[in-house]
Amino acid sequence: MALTYDDVVAKYNAVLGLEVHVELNTESKMFCSCATTFGAEPNTQTCPVCLALPGALPVVNEKAIESTIKIGLALNCSIAPYSRFARKNYFYPDMPKNFQISQYDEPICFDGYVDVEIETEEGPKQFRIEIERVHMEEDTGKSLHVGGATGRIHGADYSLLDYNRAGIPLVEIVTKIVPGTGKYAPEVAKAYVAELRDILRGLGVSDVKMEQGSLRCDANVSLMLKDVTELGTRSETKNVNSLRSVERAIRGEMIRHAELLNDGKKVKQETRHFQEDTGLTRSGRSKEQAEDYRYFPDPDLVPVTPAASWVEELKAALPERPSVRRKRLKELWAVPDKEFAAMVNADVLDIVEATVLLGADATKARTWWLGEISRIANDKNVAITDLPITPADVAELVALVASGELTDKLARQVVEGVVNGEGKPSDVVAKRGIKVVNDDGALMAAIEKVCSEQADTAEKVRGGHLPAAGALIGAVMKETKGQADAAKVRELLLKHLGQ
Amino acid sequence: MSELVKKTAVEMAASLSSGEVSSVDLTQAHLDRISDVDSSVKAFLHVDKDGALAQAAAVDAKRKAGEKLSPLAGVPLALKDVLAQEGVPTTAGSRILEGWRPPYDSTVVSKLKNAGIVILGKTNMDEFAMGSSTENSGYGPTFNPWDLSRTPGGSSGGSSAAVAAFEAPLAIGSDTGGSIRQPAALTGIVGVRPTYGAVSRYGLIAYSSSLDQAGPFGRTVLDTALLHEAIAGHDAHDATSINAPVPAVVSAAKSGDVKGMKIGVIKQLQGEGYQTGVQKRFTESLELLASLGAEIVEVDCPSFEYALAAYYLIAPSECSSNLARFDAMRYGLRTGDAAGASAEAVMSATRDAGFGREVKRRIILGTYALSSGYYDAYYGSAQKIRTLIINDYARAFGQADVLVSPTAPTTAYKIGEKVDDPMAMYLGDVATIPVNLAGICGMSLPAGLADEDQLPVGFQIMAPAMQDQRLYQAGSALEAALASKWGGTLISKAPALNITSGGAR
Repeated sequence: MALTYDDVVAKYNAVLGLEVHVELNTESKMFCSCATTFGAEPNTQTCPVCLALPGALPVVNEKAIESTIKIGLALNCSIAPYSRFARKNYFYPDMPKNFQISQYDEPICFDGYVDVEIETEEGPKQFRIEIERVHMEEDTGKSLHVGGATGRIHGADYSLLDYNRAGIPLVEIVTKIVPGTGKYAPEVAKAYVAELRDILRGLGVSDVKMEQGSLRCDANVSLMLKDVTELGTRSETKNVNSLRSVERAIRGEMIRHAELLNDGKKVKQETRHFQEDTGLTRSGRSKEQAEDYRYFPDPDLVPVTPAASWVEELKAALPERPSVRRKRLKELWAVPDKEFAAMVNADVLDIVEATVLLGADATKARTWWLGEISRIANDKNVAITDLPITPADVAELVALVASGELTDKLARQVVEGVVNGEGKPSDVVAKRGIKVVNDDGALMAAIEKVCSEQADTAEKVRGGHLPAAGALIGAVMKETKGQADAAKVRELLLKHLGQ
Repeated sequence: MSELVKKTAVEMAASLSSGEVSSVDLTQAHLDRISDVDSSVKAFLHVDKDGALAQAAAVDAKRKAGEKLSPLAGVPLALKDVLAQEGVPTTAGSRILEGWRPPYDSTVVSKLKNAGIVILGKTNMDEFAMGSSTENSGYGPTFNPWDLSRTPGGSSGGSSAAVAAFEAPLAIGSDTGGSIRQPAALTGIVGVRPTYGAVSRYGLIAYSSSLDQAGPFGRTVLDTALLHEAIAGHDAHDATSINAPVPAVVSAAKSGDVKGMKIGVIKQLQGEGYQTGVQKRFTESLELLASLGAEIVEVDCPSFEYALAAYYLIAPSECSSNLARFDAMRYGLRTGDAAGASAEAVMSATRDAGFGREVKRRIILGTYALSSGYYDAYYGSAQKIRTLIINDYARAFGQADVLVSPTAPTTAYKIGEKVDDPMAMYLGDVATIPVNLAGICGMSLPAGLADEDQLPVGFQIMAPAMQDQRLYQAGSALEAALASKWGGTLISKAPALNITSGGAR
């Protein structure tokens, strides 16, 4: 029977478990010196090690260890003074060694937490997500299954393999079970992944681009009746490639589980794949029989034993926590709650801060980035940071408006020019010949012309009907090709009409 | 047989540096010898005639130009087929790698090339180094130059046979459970397994990563030391490589003094189960060492009793994972690739066709030992035994500078004699395996011929990790004493081989 989300949360509590895979942005792979550039020609970033040629051996990338320790520290974890890599043995055509080097019972970071805050009906509420472990592993290659209806290996005519991704350093962040989120489970999960993303970005250890797969989330969901403490059977949803999808996938799974349970059926313990178009999941491989990965310590690698002094150094150098930074900026810039939430959602905190640091007024900087520039990014369907306009450009623009050299309206034309690649704001102003008409004589001539053309309207204004002035101001602006300051025009017009 | 090939590597190097002979001539003499005898010995899987002569010519040119050369520059060598050599067929004795030409050099090969050592070709071995007789090679066995009906030992039997048959003065082998020392013993030459981590494993096709170690073969202790020095040293491509100076093995081999040295005889590695002639030659060698001023003590290593069992859990476990990469996807054999066959089906068919019985046996053993529910009982227990063996050695080395035993319980056995009885074959490694489990170093050198079969007997010397020079110090002393007793080296007593044209396969 089809249920609504409200039906589900009235009867059941959800228990979450989130596994996030993060591709580190190290220059070289986890166990060899191959480059890690995204989108390179297939199989050009490979070597004997990451192709698993006979005789080749892995050597750990020290930078990856450093990044992982930083992540662990930022997530309030303990750092193991001794941890090891293990081999996870299974066959898959895009995994060259047919085992993945991972960490098993000895992860490098363990027992941490992340606090996230979400808006609830009762106001902002904080949830603590406990972290079980953070460990290092290597990514697999990529398969492209050609032919067949599903794009999956079964039924495909053939498969193409790209080993460029094989051996890219991955960090897996695993939560403990997350109970007690009630009807906010999907939002809490989304907020957690967003918080992780911000922490990781702040650390500079990953590109954290969900759409490129550098941040991937697997969501484990189970339901239990409200008055029951025994955990239900979970499903694990993979392929969740955006923050919005995290929320949708969990909501969808909660409804699917509840429908099964209400009908007296069992939830199957299995891997499911999220489908962006429908917002639903489909069954993947069944996990009823746990696969035996025959884990054992990798004899080709030596234990990881970071010196306590090094860990302390890394801890001391950690950047400001995103939540602390948000609070600080919100107060510093005196931004209202709703506006600030919009900035966070639009992901403009970094660029606004950079713009302010270049001398721009915080409110003006925020308005430009959140308004006109966000609109252009949306129109072009690109990330705001991918537009060719920089904090320095916006700071210059704000300064030009402040000095009266540009009106807001003219400044929008300048933004358009900068985005079109016409150069810095001053270049655009010069090339396009944009300037404010400040000459009272020229303005008065235009006003007189308009008032005589639209004598009826002018008469209404003269008679005290001020809203009618708008049409006249518009006409004057048009007459001066938009280069006049509208406020100045209004002032002169009203004076001219005896108001 | 050209007299050239009977020289030691040191003598060859002297002739080269004096200009008496060129490396091309020396290399050609060995290629001729291979062509004369290898159809009966079958030491080589591939002879790289053109590559070897080109390398020799390059060394000659450098010498002519007055460049400073390393001690073994221009001297030829036989390379166990377990080591990757760029562009040269490398199979690890397995059909699954037939025709594979690596796009890269193993670190050992790079070091050999940098030292100007001429690589004649790739030698036969038990498939993936699993075996003690070369009978497990996917390409047929190698025959012992002392008696062609017998095995040259294994798994580095191709390398030991090549050196014993004067097809090369030097060879590289690899030793996971005795695979250098046992074939050295069975063919009357010198073989050393260096300390684990002393020689890079990069490019050594893995059998059991925590036990594998490449090492040198020679007909004398000093020749072996020179090759040891050429291939050892830290390598950033191998995480388990030791970052420390190479022990002074060459000067130790030159000094050869055992006066005051404490030599420990391991109680558990002699007596019952050891062939009479083997035991007799071992005891005589001990007496010789005592006569040179060494102090002989007996040491107790009670955990050695379990060494074989631990080895046959650890090595198969690691190999079951190491050999998973042979999946028909990227290199080597591919069979069963019919339309509609899945990746899994092609992999299975290829592994069935490409792996031999012993390899399959060990993959199955190891897969089982690592399975969840069995891990603690098998792999876990074996690792504990490993620790006990390390402790036994630590105690024993507290009482003695080096430890000694016969290298193998018997002399060379007949081809086919033990091939259907894996347990009997495994028992041949009883004296060599503890060294691998503990990661220390060991040498085998000839102790004479057993009275009953007139076949070579090996004398094993063991030293603590990174104390490899002690092997050479004790080994060269014993070698000199035995040579003066015999009036020459043991290998000079090897029967001449019939010259059969046809050459190497």
